[in-house]
Amino acid sequence: MTGSFRLSKSPVLVGALGVAVFLCVLEIAVETGMVMELVVPRPSDTFLAFPPVQEDMDLVGNFFVTLGMTAASTAIALSIGVPFGYFLYRNRRYGIAYEGWLAAAFAAPTVLLYPLFLVIFGRTYLTLIMMGFIPGAIPIVIQTRQGLLGVSQTLLNVGRSFNVSDREMFWKIQLPSAVPTIFTGIRIGVMYTLVNIVAIEYLIDFGGLGRIVSEMYFRFDTPGTYASIVAVILVSVFFYWGFGRIEKWLRPV
Amino acid sequence: MANILEISEVSKTYDLDSENPVQALDRVTLDVAQGEFVSVIGPSGCGKSTLFNIVGGLIGQYEGSVRIDGRPVDGAHRDVGVVFQEESTFPWRTTLDNVAFPLEVQGMAKPEREDKARKFVSLVGLDGFENHYPAQLSGGMKQRTAVARTLAYEPRIMLLDEPFGALDEQTRMLLGDKMLEIWAALNQTMLLITHNITEAVQLSDRVVVMSFRPGKIKEVISVDLPRPRSSEVISTPKFGEYVGRLWTLLREEASRGMVESEAELAGR
Repeated sequence: MTGSFRLSKSPVLVGALGVAVFLCVLEIAVETGMVMELVVPRPSDTFLAFPPVQEDMDLVGNFFVTLGMTAASTAIALSIGVPFGYFLYRNRRYGIAYEGWLAAAFAAPTVLLYPLFLVIFGRTYLTLIMMGFIPGAIPIVIQTRQGLLGVSQTLLNVGRSFNVSDREMFWKIQLPSAVPTIFTGIRIGVMYTLVNIVAIEYLIDFGGLGRIVSEMYFRFDTPGTYASIVAVILVSVFFYWGFGRIEKWLRPV
Repeated sequence: MANILEISEVSKTYDLDSENPVQALDRVTLDVAQGEFVSVIGPSGCGKSTLFNIVGGLIGQYEGSVRIDGRPVDGAHRDVGVVFQEESTFPWRTTLDNVAFPLEVQGMAKPEREDKARKFVSLVGLDGFENHYPAQLSGGMKQRTAVARTLAYEPRIMLLDEPFGALDEQTRMLLGDKMLEIWAALNQTMLLITHNITEAVQLSDRVVVMSFRPGKIKEVISVDLPRPRSSEVISTPKFGEYVGRLWTLLREEASRGMVESEAELAGR
C-alpha cells in the first residue's frame, strides 16, 4: 500500500517504469519473432549500438548540433512569435483577419519548402534554423493571441482599479495569466521545429542527428538508426523538460 | 459627518446607437459619509453593477457626476479600492504577493511592502497562509485575500461587489463578521453592492433599495441596530423587521424583473 502510494507520488518513476516495461516487452517480442528484427531491433542491441555510433559519427557532438539548431530556431520563433501574437491581440481586426491564415499555415507541410531554402541560404546551418523557425513560430503566435484573449476581465479590472500602467498590466497581469496557453504553443512549436530540423538534416545529409539517422539507415544498420532516433527523442525530452521548468518558474501553480 | 462620496443624478444607457438602447441607471443620487457602511440592494438588472463600475472608474460615458471629496471621478481613482464578486486573486502569486500587489505597483521596496502586506493578511485572519497559492485556499479565503489586497491599497472608499456572493450562507455570515471587524478597526468607508437582504442588514448603516431597470433609488432605509454588530444580530426581532421591510420593497421589483427577463428570453 505504502509502496503504491509512493509510486503514484512520483510521476517520473512511474514514467520510467512504464518505459522499462515497454522495452522488456519489445525485447521479448523481437526475441520470439513476433516483431521482425529487421524492422525493430532488440532494445538491448539499440543500447549496445551507442558506442560504435559515437565512435563512427560523433553522436554526442551531433546531439548538441541538433539541440543548438532547435534552440536557435526556437529563440527566433519566440522573439517574433510572442510580439506578433501580442500585436494580433491588440489589433482585433488583424487578429481576426490572420487567425484563419495562421491555422492553415500551421497545417501546411512546410518541410517541403526545403529546396527553396537551399537556394536562398545554401546547404548551411541557416537553412536548418530557418526551416525550424517557421513551423515553430506559428503555434506560438496563435497561442499567444489566444492566451491574451483568455485573460479574465476581472483580473484586468483588478489592475485598472489599482491604476496600473499598460506596461505593468502586460508584465504583471496579462503575461503571467496567459503563460500556460503560451507555453502550450511553445511546446507544440518546439516539437515541430525539431521534427523539421531533423527531417531537413536527413534530406540534405547535413547537420546533426538527422544526418546520422540517414547514414545509419542507408547502411542498413537498424540498431544504429534506432540509437540515433533515441538521441533525437532525448533532444525533445530536453526541451520539454526545460520549458516545463521555465513555465513552473513563471507560473508556479 | 462630511460626505466623502457624492453620486449626483447619474444615468447610464448602453447601446445608445442601437435600436434597443438599455437604460441601466436613471438619475441616481446618493451621498456616503466618511466611515459609513452603505449597501445597495436590488433585483438582477437594476444597475447595481453599473453603479459599482461607474464609482470604481471602470466604465465611463455616463450622465451626472460622481465626486470623491469634491473631485470628479474620471477613470480609476486612487481613493477607491474595489473587491470583485468573481474570483480575482492572481493564481500565480502567493497570498502575501497578492496582497502586496498594489504596493508593488506603487513602487514600494520589497521588504517594506511585505511587512505591510503581512499586517493586512493578519487583519483578514489568514496568518499561516502567506505562502499558499489561491489554488490551495478555500473560496472564502480567496475572497479574504482579495479584501486584504484592496485594504493594502489604503483606499478611502472600499467598493464591494457581492464579494461573498459565491459562498455558502454560513461562510458568508462569518465573513460578514470579519468585514465588520475590519470596518470598525479602520473606520473604512464601505459601499457594498448585494442582492442578499440579510447581508445588507447585518452590515450596513443604510440600505439603498433600487428598482428594476432602469435602476432608480426606490428608498433608503437607515438600519438602527446596535454597534458593534455581529451575525448574532440576525436573531433579534428588529433585524427581522428590517428584513421584512426590505423584502416588501424588493418583492415587487424582483417580480417585475423576473417577468421582463422571461419575456426577453421568450422573444429571442
